[in-house]
Order: sequence, then C-alpha cells, then structure tokens
Amino acid sequence: MHFVFEVQGGDFNKAGDASSKVKKILQQIGSDSAVVRRVAVACYEAEMNVVIHAHHAFVTLDADINQVMIVVEDEGPGIEDIEMAMTPGFSTAPDYVREMGFGAGMGLPNMKNCSSQMEITSRRGVGTTVRMVFDNA
Amino acid sequence: MLKVDNQQYFHSVHLMEDKCKGCVNCIKRCPTEAIRVRDGKAHIIEARCIDCGECVRICPNQAKIVVADTLNELNGYKYNVALPAPAIYGQLREGIDPRLVMAALLSIGFDHVVDVAFAADLVGKKIREAISAPSEIRPFISSACPAVVRLVQVRFPNLIEHILPVLSPMRAAANIARNQVAEKTSLDLKDVGVWFISPCPGKVSAINEPAGTGENTISGAIPIAEVYPLIREKINHCPEELDRIVADSKPGSGLGLGWARSGGENQSIGGSRQIAVDGIHSVIQILEDVERGKLSDIDYIEAQACVGGCVGGVLTVENSFITRRRVRILATESADRLDGVLRDKIACEALENEDWFRHDKPIEPRPTLKLDDDMATAIRKMEQMEKIVEDLPGLDCGSCGAPNCRALAEDVVRGLANEMDCIFKLREKVRQLAVEMMELAEKAPPAMGHVEKKAEIENAIGEHSAKAEPDTNK
Repeated sequence: MHFVFEVQGGDFNKAGDASSKVKKILQQIGSDSAVVRRVAVACYEAEMNVVIHAHHAFVTLDADINQVMIVVEDEGPGIEDIEMAMTPGFSTAPDYVREMGFGAGMGLPNMKNCSSQMEITSRRGVGTTVRMVFDNA
Repeated sequence: MLKVDNQQYFHSVHLMEDKCKGCVNCIKRCPTEAIRVRDGKAHIIEARCIDCGECVRICPNQAKIVVADTLNELNGYKYNVALPAPAIYGQLREGIDPRLVMAALLSIGFDHVVDVAFAADLVGKKIREAISAPSEIRPFISSACPAVVRLVQVRFPNLIEHILPVLSPMRAAANIARNQVAEKTSLDLKDVGVWFISPCPGKVSAINEPAGTGENTISGAIPIAEVYPLIREKINHCPEELDRIVADSKPGSGLGLGWARSGGENQSIGGSRQIAVDGIHSVIQILEDVERGKLSDIDYIEAQACVGGCVGGVLTVENSFITRRRVRILATESADRLDGVLRDKIACEALENEDWFRHDKPIEPRPTLKLDDDMATAIRKMEQMEKIVEDLPGLDCGSCGAPNCRALAEDVVRGLANEMDCIFKLREKVRQLAVEMMELAEKAPPAMGHVEKKAEIENAIGEHSAKAEPDTNK
C-alpha cells in the first residue's frame, strides 16, 4: 500500500491534512488504535516541521501487515546540526510561529518517541528527509 | 420499548419514508457519513449514526423525525418524576422563574421534579475534583453530551480514555430522584417513572442505551417541545395554582442552569485551562487536534453537538440565540443559590461518597471505519478504493447516494455500491457505447450497399480487397 500526500510550507491552514488522511487510512485497514495514534502524532509533527521550516514536501505512507513507514521528504533549508535539533526544547522556529503555539522544540524528540526507528538525512540548502518506521501489530 | 427488533443500536432519529424525496441534503450534512440514498429514500447506517440531529435540522421535507416518549407513558406508573433539562428555562419569556416552570410540570401530571441544573451544580464540583487530580490523560472530554460521546466511540475510538468518567447531570439527577422518592414514599422503584425532559435526540438514545452506566435509572425522555405548550398555558393562565405548589421545588443555582448553553459547563467547573466547543463539525475539528496531541495543555473540553449548546437542540422550540441570552440572565439572577444547593441533605451525602458520580461501566469503542477484519484484505481493498477514487470526477455531488466520491469508492469496495452509480461515470460509459454503436453501424455488410470508402489494397499474394466504389447514394 503506497500513498503520497503533498505538504506546502507556510500553509498553516492546511497543516494537519496529510496526517489526518494517514490516520484515516490506518483506521480503515484496521491498525491497532495505539499504532494509529503514534503514527498520527509523529506524522503531524513532521508535517508541522515542513509547514514551519521548509518550502514544500511529499509525505509518503507505505504499509503492510507488519509495519508502517512514513517518509517526509522536503525541499528546504536543511538542518544544520541534527544532534542539536534532536535535543528536547531546542528550536529554530521564528517568533511568529512560537506565538501560534508551535515550535516548542519537541517535534523531533516526539517523533522519535512515537516511532520504533527514525532516520534523518539533511543537506543544507537542499532539504531534509525523515524516515520513520512503526510496527503495525 | 422503542427498540425495533434485530436493531443493533438504539436510535431516536428515524425517517418518514413517504416524506423523503431522496434529496442529498442530509447525506452531505451528516458528520459520520451515516446516510445513503437508496431507491430514492434516505437510509441511516445504524452503526455510524450518533443521533446528533443534524439531519433532522437540515431536511427540507421534515422527513427526519425524533421518536421519543409522550406524556401518555406516565399512565403506566404510579408515581412520575420529571427531570427538566436546564434548556427548558430559556424557552419561556423573560422573567419566568425556574421554580414556576417546575411547579407547572407538577401541575401537568408529574408528582415530583428534580431540577437537572441542581444535579449539574454537584457534577460541576465533582468534575473540578476529577480534573485537579494528577493524571497522564490531557485533555479530558466532557461526557455530558451523548452525541459527542457516541462520536468518540464511532469516529475517535482512540480518545475513549479521554472521556471523563463522571456522570452527566441527567444521570445524577435520576439518582437523586430515586433517593428522594425512596425517602418520601414507600413505593417500589419499578412503579416510579423517571422522565427526562429532553432538548435533543442524543439524550433520548443515551437513556435507552447508556454509555458509562450499567443500570438504567431513567424510564424515558419527553421532548421539551411536547411539554412546552402545556407549561406556557399553565404559567399564563393559572398563576395562582402554580403559586401554591412552587415552594416545594428545589431549583439549581445559576451555575447549574448555565449548562444549558455552551460555555456554562466550564463556568460551573471553574478554572481556566478549559475550552468550550459547540456544533458537531467544530467538535470534530477539536477532537482531531486532541488526537494529534496538540491540546495537552488543556485540562477539559466541554463539547456539545448543537450550536449554542443544549439550547440549540432540535427538540426545543425557541431560537437558540434568544434562549442563550435568557439562560445567561437567569444564571446571573440565580447565582447566589449555590450554597443552598450544596447544603441539601441528599446533595451532601452524594458529594461525600467517592463513587456516587463515577461511571460504573467502561465506554466501549464502536469503530466503523475498518474495511475488513483481515488486515491483508483491508489493505487490498484500500488500494482498490484509491484507484476508484482517482477515476471518479471528485465533484462530491452526492447524486450516487453517497456523501462524496471517496465514500462511494468505499461503498464499492465494501460491495454496497457500483462504480456506475456515479452519474458522470455512467454518462461517460453511455457515450463510449454510443461511439461503439456508431462504429458498428458503419461496418454494415457490403451486400447491403453501404460500403466504407477505402483505397484498393493488394495483399501479399496478389488478392484485391473489395474495391470501394464512390458512394453515389449520397
């Protein structure tokens, strides 16, 4: 099963649409509700990161009976220091984003907690790819 | 009593077939995509219906009705208790004291009245306690609106643990009623009718199919719209009669009364990390956010399916914007009654008992989204569904009887509909067939004299195909 959704950077109105669709698909195939929840939360955080930091991204969902994989591939500034970015509370979100209640620096740590495997590759000035794997029990 | 045989779930919202024109207004409005039009009539998919009343509101032909109890049912009991929902007080003109309404209920056939606003005062206090206790779960969701509880069961099964397991004011009022009746009379409880005077179909269903409580302590629900004309009549024409009985009633305070409108519940609970959301479509948006983990800094969500809260229920009579104002005024006027409520003997006993307000049964999920019990099959159906969606026009017109193209695709993979139910697909198919028929018509046999004009072709062994003559018939 393979699905692709587009996410537009800066579009706060549509933020959350991709993760809602992912959530509904997993509910429809009958994934365990705890799994649905973890994927939905992680996917939403990743989607928010795109909306806050990047220009554009594709979110792909691949799932079979054993596992769910979410890949978020964006075109954007890239992450300067991935280890730093993974630190809870560290954020490079601009002030206007924080005023909206986002950018608390918990996105990446949250995604890591929710998924059973997470990999980030990033190239400065080009973009970032986050790959998350979940057990679909 | 109202339950139809072989029905899996109880529903108060029903269809009057002869009035239904099969328009698509209700299927488009339904928050759980629970309605389909088949054979020119709307059909409710029981498992998905949450009895919110949206379809009752939108139906231009009044084909959707709420089946509830009537005052005639009172005859089946020796003693009858009315539990008026706070929304009832806003229905009457300004300046009518809630005690007068309670007295009017007594004069139209009830033997005892327990104000649900009174129970709401106590429930508000208990909710405050419950959300102040340390807990991993944030935010809690109010269990007061049964349509919202059902929405969570059907569409957000992940959030069931967020529903605060504290009784709704209606349930608490019923328990108070039982205690008071036992104290006042020596009647067997089975001879006592306990009737909720309801603003909405959701409560009617919740009474017949309780969530969170095992024992049903309420006999039925009577619409506010049914008692309203009788009460108004009494208040307008027999004020002296009411004055005599008025002293007997114990109304709730302004805080309890406030539960009738959106925001009132939060006000009654007190505190600041709460939000109030009304209107089922807005409730869905908020619950989506809760699922994303976005609202973990909020303690409590007061969520009501009707716009404006209970005063916006489909079983009320007055415009909800007007009743909201009246409820607000009444709430301000009766704000000082809270002490009296909390000093009541039965209230004190209930508040001291740890378990009195607790749900005694877990709320079960009712997920309806799954395409198949076997995940591999479900995944295959999902893929198939996606292909169908790509092929459909995406206009979400509803002509096929499903609320949108995606829902039609889902119905197709579930074996409940056909791709050709789509009017555009059907027309496209008809056009294709017409083209094919034209082509076939052109290919009439040469013996009939209509031969296509073709250049003479010589094949490899020197045979000539039939030479097309210039058509002289034209």
